[in-house]
Amino acid sequence: MRTDRVNQKMVQRAFSREDNLALFPSYGLLVSRKEKMGQRKSSEHIFFIDRILNKNSKKGVRKMKLFSKNLLSIILVSFLAFVGFITFTSGVLEAQRGKMIQIKGSDTMVNLLQILAEEYMNRYPGTAIAVLGGGSGTGIAALTNGTCDIASTSREWRQREIDQAWERGVRPRFFVIAIDGLSIIVNEKNPIEKLTMLQVGAMYRGEIRNWRDVGGPNLPIVLYGRQSNSGTYVFMQEHVLGNKNYSPDMREMNGNAQIVEAVIQDEGGIGYVGVGYIYDDKGQIRKGLKVLNIARDEKSSAFSPLDKAAVDNGNYPIARPLYLATNGKPNPAVAGFLSFIIGPEGQKIVEREGFYPISTKHREQNEKNLK
Amino acid sequence: MEMRKYPDREKHLSLPLTSEFDLAARKVKRERRFGLLKEELIRLFFLANGVLAILVLIGIFALLLLNTIPAFKEISIKEFFTGRTWDPTSPEKPEYGILSLIVSSAMVTVGALVIAVPIGLGVAAYLSDVAHWRVREIVKPIIEILAGIPSVVVGFLGIVLFGPIISRLFHVSSGLTALNGSFLLAIMALPTIISISEDSLKAVPLSYTEASLALGASRWQTLIRVKFPAALSGIIAAIMLGMGRAIGETMTVLMATGNARSFPHGYLDSIRTLTADIAIELGEVPYYTTHYYALFAIGFVLFLITFVVNLIADIMLNKYQQREL
Repeated sequence: MRTDRVNQKMVQRAFSREDNLALFPSYGLLVSRKEKMGQRKSSEHIFFIDRILNKNSKKGVRKMKLFSKNLLSIILVSFLAFVGFITFTSGVLEAQRGKMIQIKGSDTMVNLLQILAEEYMNRYPGTAIAVLGGGSGTGIAALTNGTCDIASTSREWRQREIDQAWERGVRPRFFVIAIDGLSIIVNEKNPIEKLTMLQVGAMYRGEIRNWRDVGGPNLPIVLYGRQSNSGTYVFMQEHVLGNKNYSPDMREMNGNAQIVEAVIQDEGGIGYVGVGYIYDDKGQIRKGLKVLNIARDEKSSAFSPLDKAAVDNGNYPIARPLYLATNGKPNPAVAGFLSFIIGPEGQKIVEREGFYPISTKHREQNEKNLK
Repeated sequence: MEMRKYPDREKHLSLPLTSEFDLAARKVKRERRFGLLKEELIRLFFLANGVLAILVLIGIFALLLLNTIPAFKEISIKEFFTGRTWDPTSPEKPEYGILSLIVSSAMVTVGALVIAVPIGLGVAAYLSDVAHWRVREIVKPIIEILAGIPSVVVGFLGIVLFGPIISRLFHVSSGLTALNGSFLLAIMALPTIISISEDSLKAVPLSYTEASLALGASRWQTLIRVKFPAALSGIIAAIMLGMGRAIGETMTVLMATGNARSFPHGYLDSIRTLTADIAIELGEVPYYTTHYYALFAIGFVLFLITFVVNLIADIMLNKYQQREL
């Protein structure tokens, strides 16, 4: 036992670090590092610090790189996508120019044209028709500036506007697509049933300010009208106001529908809208609304814009044609749509929407303009 | 001691260490240099973005100014600013006086602030001082969502909801009045006012409140006499920003105030603001006519007004942020 112990110690002593090193080189590596730690403390520390730094900076750099690469690629990709999108859409627009029809203008006609366009697109797929409102003046400006294919106007073009179009190389051709009985509306509670053109004009000029003066209740008149970009505004000014200024007290609404809403809520209100706007979904006259009968002058009798015969034979004094205008001879896609509107199918829709179909005279003129 | 036996061990062992160190150092250096270049590029990119924003502002200013000048060849400046009638499409005689438009804009803005400021400050005080934090966490985002409602929707509310209420309440036949516009603009300005003044109330150092309470002031006194004065610049900035929003708002007033051209005599009159007038007429105006240039002149006036309001708000806000730092 003892000898064994001694032997063990001896063995232990014999196998000193050097021996270990000799026997297992890997152990040496380990030891040597430890040794180095002792011997060259400062440099060793630098090594470790640098290693940490290196590691971190490497990580940092990699992160940075990843980030900046992503950033750069995002910017690049979005830029490319943007450029691609622009070229693509312009190419598509170019290709579709023949098939894509842009209609802009009259707010009075926008609902009617929308429905006509939907029906047409259902029956003849492959044509895309976009209908925008904004007022007749907007439509005229758009056709003159070449930003739409068809301008819809609820009034005739002024000579000045036609001249301006010709100056820009636009040759407007006109198509009458429907007849509108411009309706003078009041609140249901208003007992007035009929007015003359003169009375309506005097009201809108601000000369008659109380319903009492036309035989109604003692209630101030609140005027509702359209804005100056509207064809209806201009039509009223020319045909009813006698080319005089509107009263500055007139509330200028954004569209036909807003006038209807306002008059329904206002007992003293009076407004003018296209006849297509006085009906609800079921084809009944909107609740709370009354459509006045209008007489040309005191001697003649008053007619309603809802009376088809009176509008047709011109007894209703403020009936007006609704126009579409194209630049020169319409291209095949536009011509197809136009002949659909002025044909029997289109005119049936016109009637269903509350407007009146065009006369034979208008139809002949339209067909001449199509060629 | 150990080196005796393996004299070249040192060399053998240190070699990989040194080379690894060197390589790493070189790599770090290289990457740092490249990184610096990239950083510089990114810096330039953001600089370009910042410059672009300024250029756009200068461009808009120049465009407005250039298109404004021709207007005054035909309209006298005096007529433009003091004329009460604006009727450029008149078949009789076009008139270009924007006084009633300016008064309308001012009326609707002042009306909106009269309604929105007390409510806004009340809500801000409640949120910052009274409300439980959980309530605040729910209520504040909801108020901020209010800012995201499109102005068309607010205008529609004005037509179908507020307008009829006003006409019944004040016995006027039409609710499309300056009051209606003021109400709606107040709703639209509220989120801005509440959010920013609540922030500035919360930014008042806690020590102020503690000192005030320690001196025996009640919470109400602390709020009114200590916190509000301390946060005043932030609150004024909030009000100014809300005001800027109210002046510049177009669609809501266009839909809800009736747009009558006549000079307004009270809050139950229909009004036509600067913004609404531009929106109504710019769509159909024949280009390069007096009317066209006059609309740009209105735009220029509007630009100046909002610029001054925003500038004041910015100065105020800056002042308050500096104090916080």
